[in-house]
Amino acid sequence: MNRRLLLLVTLLAALALVLAACGGGGEEGSAPTETAAETGGAAETAAPTPVPEQKEEAQQQTGQSLLETVKARGKLICGVNQALPGFGYLDQSGNFAGFDVDFCKAVAAAIFDDPNAVEYRPLTAQERFTALQTGEVDVLFRNTTWTLGRDTSVGLDFGVVTFYDGQGIMVRKADNITSMEDLNGAAICVQTGTTTELNLADQMRARGLDYEPVVFEDADSTFNAYEEGRCDAVTTDKSGLVSRRTVLQNPDDHVILDVTLSKEPLGPAVLQGDPIWHDVVMWVVFATIQGEEFGITSQNIDDFMNSEDPNIRRFLGLEGDLGTSLGLTNDFAYRVVKHVGNYGEIYDRNLGPDTPFNLPRGLNDLWTNGGLLYSPPFR
Amino acid sequence: MANTPLPVEHARPPFWRDERVLAVIAQIIFLIVVIVTAVYLFNNAREGLAQAGLTPGYDFLRLRAGFDIGDSIISYTSDDTYGRAFLVGIVNTVRVAIIGIILATILGTIMGILRLSPNLLLRGIATVYVETIRNTPLLVQLFFWYTAVMLKFPRVRQAIALPGPTYLSNRGLAIPWIEPLDGFRIWFGFFIAAFVIAYIVYRVQWTREDRTGQTSYPLTSALIAWIIVVIAGWFFAPGQPFTITRPELAGLNFEGGTVLAPEFAALLIGLVVYTGAFIAEIVRAGIQAVDKGQREAATALGLSTVQSLRFIILPQAMRIIIPPMTSQYLNLTKNSSLAFFIGFPDLFAVSTTIQNQTGKALEVISIVMACYLTTSLLTSLFMNWYNQKVRLVER
Repeated sequence: MNRRLLLLVTLLAALALVLAACGGGGEEGSAPTETAAETGGAAETAAPTPVPEQKEEAQQQTGQSLLETVKARGKLICGVNQALPGFGYLDQSGNFAGFDVDFCKAVAAAIFDDPNAVEYRPLTAQERFTALQTGEVDVLFRNTTWTLGRDTSVGLDFGVVTFYDGQGIMVRKADNITSMEDLNGAAICVQTGTTTELNLADQMRARGLDYEPVVFEDADSTFNAYEEGRCDAVTTDKSGLVSRRTVLQNPDDHVILDVTLSKEPLGPAVLQGDPIWHDVVMWVVFATIQGEEFGITSQNIDDFMNSEDPNIRRFLGLEGDLGTSLGLTNDFAYRVVKHVGNYGEIYDRNLGPDTPFNLPRGLNDLWTNGGLLYSPPFR
Repeated sequence: MANTPLPVEHARPPFWRDERVLAVIAQIIFLIVVIVTAVYLFNNAREGLAQAGLTPGYDFLRLRAGFDIGDSIISYTSDDTYGRAFLVGIVNTVRVAIIGIILATILGTIMGILRLSPNLLLRGIATVYVETIRNTPLLVQLFFWYTAVMLKFPRVRQAIALPGPTYLSNRGLAIPWIEPLDGFRIWFGFFIAAFVIAYIVYRVQWTREDRTGQTSYPLTSALIAWIIVVIAGWFFAPGQPFTITRPELAGLNFEGGTVLAPEFAALLIGLVVYTGAFIAEIVRAGIQAVDKGQREAATALGLSTVQSLRFIILPQAMRIIIPPMTSQYLNLTKNSSLAFFIGFPDLFAVSTTIQNQTGKALEVISIVMACYLTTSLLTSLFMNWYNQKVRLVER
């Protein structure tokens, strides 16, 4: 009797396993196709695979641009950060705000004449590229560094920089550290798995400096250890340092060194292989820059409507067909500046002197002021 | 008619009702299911990698790592390979595990004995300790030890000066340390040999005492032998083997000596305190499982409480304690992977960095699993061997 019972149990267990394997197999059977679509989109966009998830991409390849899809949908889906004050975050009333978020609004304003026709998707650093590859978002404005690898093997298209950033180092004022050389023998807090961890190692090694890296899993632990005095310095993107400094107990006790460990050009990313959509996003950003160069702001733009300057008339869509050739309306630049403002306004609103960050323009100033912002001509 | 053959239906049931056949079939089915699942998962992973254009392989271990590791007892720079970085992680994990196991055993044994103490205060302390520690998550405790204890020590400039000179700050404990010179390797050989020789001397003297009944001072003799060999090594070594450097505050940090990092200390304390609570319960159970008559007999013989514990109770309790103790040792080793969250570069933390920088997720995880498995199996082997040694010999 006992053995029979044992046998029964064994058989039932075997049956359960078979069922579980089938069930699991079914689930996993569908999962790989999804992954296939994603990675296919990433590595080899050209490979046409008859998978439903990839239909949207396939359409793009056969000629229909994402621009048409967005227009038909009536709103833009924008991938943003929700945890970086100044760039992408939720404000007190629970709305998305920040420097990157304003550029989402600019794109929406150009297409729909309505800066609020945007659906925001908060994404983590790991999720962001997959979200773009699978078509979950139309464009990514999420402090993303433009690198060759991301432009090619990750399957994205960059092309314009909204914020020239660089890796920086923050120290305590009381320590009288002014250069990298003063950091010899220092303990430096850094977050794991970032390019900053590698840049730091390279820079210290190149200068022959000795240091103790204290590596943490997330930004909160990293900055907490720095604040408690475990480390003499903490390193990440400069914009991140500025943003994080505002939430330290005594922000004025800390200073960001005037050295840059690496180049971190941040800009919007779209999926590779859709030149029409790529052009739209690029030229909306250029419109904000060109607007500032012309001195056109959201306040005074209507005064410029009577301008005799052919350059300004073309920019505002009063002459020529620049906008329609992009697939937009002729007055797209007018809409962008009117609703969201020029680059300088966007910058000042989110990062300028009236904000807690008070971030100097630096490289993010017009080329005429010694910065790197330079829009190709609207012609 | 006594020899009539059995009726047909009793001779042999059909195979689907034959238990022996069914048992074999069930096992075959089970085996097939396991194999099919394994093959499916393997192929799934391989296809996924192929579609992403990734070729699995372990060649990356020979590439330059490019990142630094803060706390290492073997030499390592960012110019070393990923393989070397792994080794640093393994050494750090083993270091925490060995020291942790020793300390947790001591703490657990003391607490386990105290839980049975007739003294109300001692018993109360032990009970509170066990019940608090055992019933809160280890990760929470590690955060407590790191952020609420270690990081709250004075900053490096206000370091507490202790005799030695040693300094305590939230950068860790800076202590004097030896700095190897030319003759260090040869002297170190003597240093290791000294332990072996001391052990042999101890055995010889102990056997003699046991056999002849003469007092032979085995422990003292062993100690003297050890000292003689170590000093002999000093003379045989070409040049001075090492000097002692003292920590001094220079610039931003202490220079000279060595520093026990707060991350290491927090992890070690956390693991020891946590595992110690479980060990205390095992020890208590082991002691209580020894027959009451044994203790009474010991008292009747005139042994003190300590003596009866040392010579009567603990040796018997040991046989019950060892097997569950083994699994606590394994737990301690595996729990050390939580070091990741408090910034100590153990095997898991280092592997996370490597995985992020190389993108070789499968390969890195397989290495990590193999390392923990090896460590655990070695621990088990050792404990099983010890268990064999102390178990009751039945005649």
